Amino acid sequence: MTRLHIRLAAIVAVLCLATAPFVLSPFSITLMNYIGIYSLVAIGLALLTGVGGIVSFGQAAFVGVAAYATAWVSALNGYSPWLGLVFGVALTCGVATVLGVVTLRLQGHFLSLSTVAWGLAIGFLFGNVEGLGRFNGISSIPPISFGWIVLTSSAQIYFLIWGIVVAVLVLGYNLLDSRLGRAMRALRGGNTLVESLGINAFRIKLATFVIAAFLASLSGWLYAHMSRFISPGPFDASMGIEYLMMSMVGGAGSLLGGVVGAAIVTLLKNSVQDYLPLIAKGASGQLETVAFSALFILFLQWARQGIVPFVARYLPKAKRDRPQPAPPLPRRVQPKPGELLLKVDSAERRFGGLIALNNVSFEVRSGEIVAVIGPNGAGKSTMFNCLTGALRVNKGEIVFAGRPITGDAQSRIARAGVARTFQHVKLRPRMSLLENVMLGTYARTHTGLFAGAFRLNRREEASARHEAQTQLERVGLGEKPFDLAGNLPLGNQRILEIARALAADPALLVLDEPAAGLRRQEKLRLAELLRSLRADHLTILIVEHDMEFVMSLVDRIVVLDFGSKLCEGAPAAIRSDERVQEAYLGGVA
Amino acid sequence: MTSDIAAILAIDGIATGAVYALVAIGTVLIFTVTRVIFIPFGDIAAFTALTLAALDAKRFPGTGTLVVVLACLATLMEIISLVRGGELRLLPRAVVFYLVLPLVVVGAAWLVMRADPPLAVRLVLALMLIAPIAPLLDRIVFRPIADGSVLLLLTVSVALHFALVGLGLLFFGPEGVRTDPLTSLSTEFAGVLISGQTMLIVLAALVFSGLLYLFFDFTLVGKSLRATAVNRTGSRLMGIRPERAGTIAYLLGSLMAGVSGILIAPVNTVFYDSGFLLGLKAFVGAIVGGMTSYPGAAIGAVGVGILESFASFESSALKDVIVFSLLIPILIWRSLASLHSEEEIEE
Repeated sequence: MTRLHIRLAAIVAVLCLATAPFVLSPFSITLMNYIGIYSLVAIGLALLTGVGGIVSFGQAAFVGVAAYATAWVSALNGYSPWLGLVFGVALTCGVATVLGVVTLRLQGHFLSLSTVAWGLAIGFLFGNVEGLGRFNGISSIPPISFGWIVLTSSAQIYFLIWGIVVAVLVLGYNLLDSRLGRAMRALRGGNTLVESLGINAFRIKLATFVIAAFLASLSGWLYAHMSRFISPGPFDASMGIEYLMMSMVGGAGSLLGGVVGAAIVTLLKNSVQDYLPLIAKGASGQLETVAFSALFILFLQWARQGIVPFVARYLPKAKRDRPQPAPPLPRRVQPKPGELLLKVDSAERRFGGLIALNNVSFEVRSGEIVAVIGPNGAGKSTMFNCLTGALRVNKGEIVFAGRPITGDAQSRIARAGVARTFQHVKLRPRMSLLENVMLGTYARTHTGLFAGAFRLNRREEASARHEAQTQLERVGLGEKPFDLAGNLPLGNQRILEIARALAADPALLVLDEPAAGLRRQEKLRLAELLRSLRADHLTILIVEHDMEFVMSLVDRIVVLDFGSKLCEGAPAAIRSDERVQEAYLGGVA
Repeated sequence: MTSDIAAILAIDGIATGAVYALVAIGTVLIFTVTRVIFIPFGDIAAFTALTLAALDAKRFPGTGTLVVVLACLATLMEIISLVRGGELRLLPRAVVFYLVLPLVVVGAAWLVMRADPPLAVRLVLALMLIAPIAPLLDRIVFRPIADGSVLLLLTVSVALHFALVGLGLLFFGPEGVRTDPLTSLSTEFAGVLISGQTMLIVLAALVFSGLLYLFFDFTLVGKSLRATAVNRTGSRLMGIRPERAGTIAYLLGSLMAGVSGILIAPVNTVFYDSGFLLGLKAFVGAIVGGMTSYPGAAIGAVGVGILESFASFESSALKDVIVFSLLIPILIWRSLASLHSEEEIEE
């Protein structure tokens, strides 16, 4: 399957959509309109929940904010629905920004619970505010009009709704395939990963959250002007979970899944309403909810992946072209060989009463490979975390390239030129090797939200792809750039992490126990790769446990024991140092 | 607001809060043992009230049918999973636990009910009928995904709540109920009239939390539950079955929720869907305790009750808006207070 096939399929789908109103019955068109309106919310949730990993139960409230806003503007105050659109979108995005700023720092289920909370609070508000018609709602909302064309019938508004859905899909897929989209797709890997790439995780989360709210507000605007009447019912908590269900059924993480999910849930609901009364007479309303929730639970138990990813597995893989040569990305000014690059000055870190780092000082000069070693519990990982900004030192100072970085955020340290790898590999298993490495170029590129969605970033994107391919080739993984990272063996995953770090054009490469869990052959390959990097004048700091791996590789070794620096020197000197032998092997009798 | 009104509101709030506290403690119990945020606890409380009302009216409550249906489903699932796993020798036990036991409870309730029993017996009947529901739901709904992320479990739990609301309407009908007060005593304290029901509520909350404390600290089963809460794998290595611990937690939790349902039924009219708000408010309380601390949950729940009482005096329409808006700052505080190990989200 090539790009051409995908384009053809998309064109056929759009043509089908365009001819549908001339073929279908009015009832089916109305149903299609609802599917389109729900799709918008579900697509937003696919981005937020599926891609970004933020489960929101509160999207219905955003739909409601926009619907009530436009109803207030057009029905109660007599202005144009277009003004209602502007007001509704602005208000919804404003509310989402405030809620996002307040809640998006919450972790895991706390965040989802907060969406339940504000979803309910906003939902209750609709029914209780005097000016919004309370539980009676707002009626006689005017239809949308383009000049003299007034969209009163469902066949007319159909084109507007599905036009928006198609546009949102196209822009959404563009966005996901751009710099910001890759950052969004990295969110599920955890904050440490995202920040280590020089990405401000909070801002990406906020952007995703507001985009989802924006789509919900479009949906709310269309809903209000299509049904011409609104009441609190369609925006309450149960609708919130229904939206979530749509996006999960379709396949969380797949934008098309949002549309498929919305269609399936809407049609299913419709047929449940049709057929349940035949099975159990007189109990339709309540059984509908039960049947529906039961289906959802069964679905979550048996097919968490969702429909679109399930079907996609059986479709032939899209063939993609190798990245073509492109103008290189700008490089940073590298420090001169031998120059002081990193200086740790009497660093101290305490955890309660435990001193994990006690007055540790050492230096790394440009062009060297330095190892920090020590037995278990020596404070290696703490040292590492303090260097990369995951932890803060309580006392002392860390200076990188002449600039103090003590207490800086991880993403700032990363942008200053410190690239890292992880002891427990943090890759995005469902992204290709190439995309994983392209994540590394984030801090070197500048494409924003709109440029990404409208594909105005072609040149920079080509450069980033070329850079990623170059780094893949540099580490020896250039053969199959479109394989999924999750399919690599552990040794190659480690090496892929190094390629990702290299793509950031770092001044200092920090490796966290790179040999842990590797087989002997893999270790030898890794050592060889690191030597070739040194030949390119890259400075490398390795925090490692494995003495053998370190000894033959590095220029200098810093030995930590019980949080203090034991000694420092060339590998041979360290090997014969009695204190080191004692620390590793116990006292010499 | 005069001090008299403030005192009345405070007492009212404490009584409501005590009801929430019982549900909140149950929520914490289930969460720590099974990682499920069991939103439907409020529904269990509401169903207990509706069951009691049906018993009072000498009707056999829909709860009976519900238990029978759930028991059949759970047994079926258990049999299928045992047959698939080739553990046929465990079949009789499974049938006893998942089918016979619940059926015996329902049958006994049906028989006893015909003898027109006094109130105390009816209370016990209501609690007995409600007790199997949550453990059976655990078997049917949560056990197949016990390894899922907290978020998956939460999503399922929310869906389950909506299923239960539908079932509630089906089995109990749309009418609200208000049962007779359990006591008609009242007393005056510092110039404010306190009804016996209020005192009973607070007393019951204290007694049941106390009993739970004793259970956890002084019985082996209680300790095994605590062990499961701390570390599932570790406790499994010690010979504790997490599934069994989960069942016990659901039973205990249901008991607490049931008691709260019985206590609140004479004070507020209870509908088939009243459980949601009750459960969520209890849940706000549980979050104050970080979802891990029982005293924290109880204090939080009482706080929510008092807040709600004062909020409804200021603006009865917006009281729920106020209570749930308050949850957000609490969540932020909790999220900052608890150190999280970074959890990667399931792919």
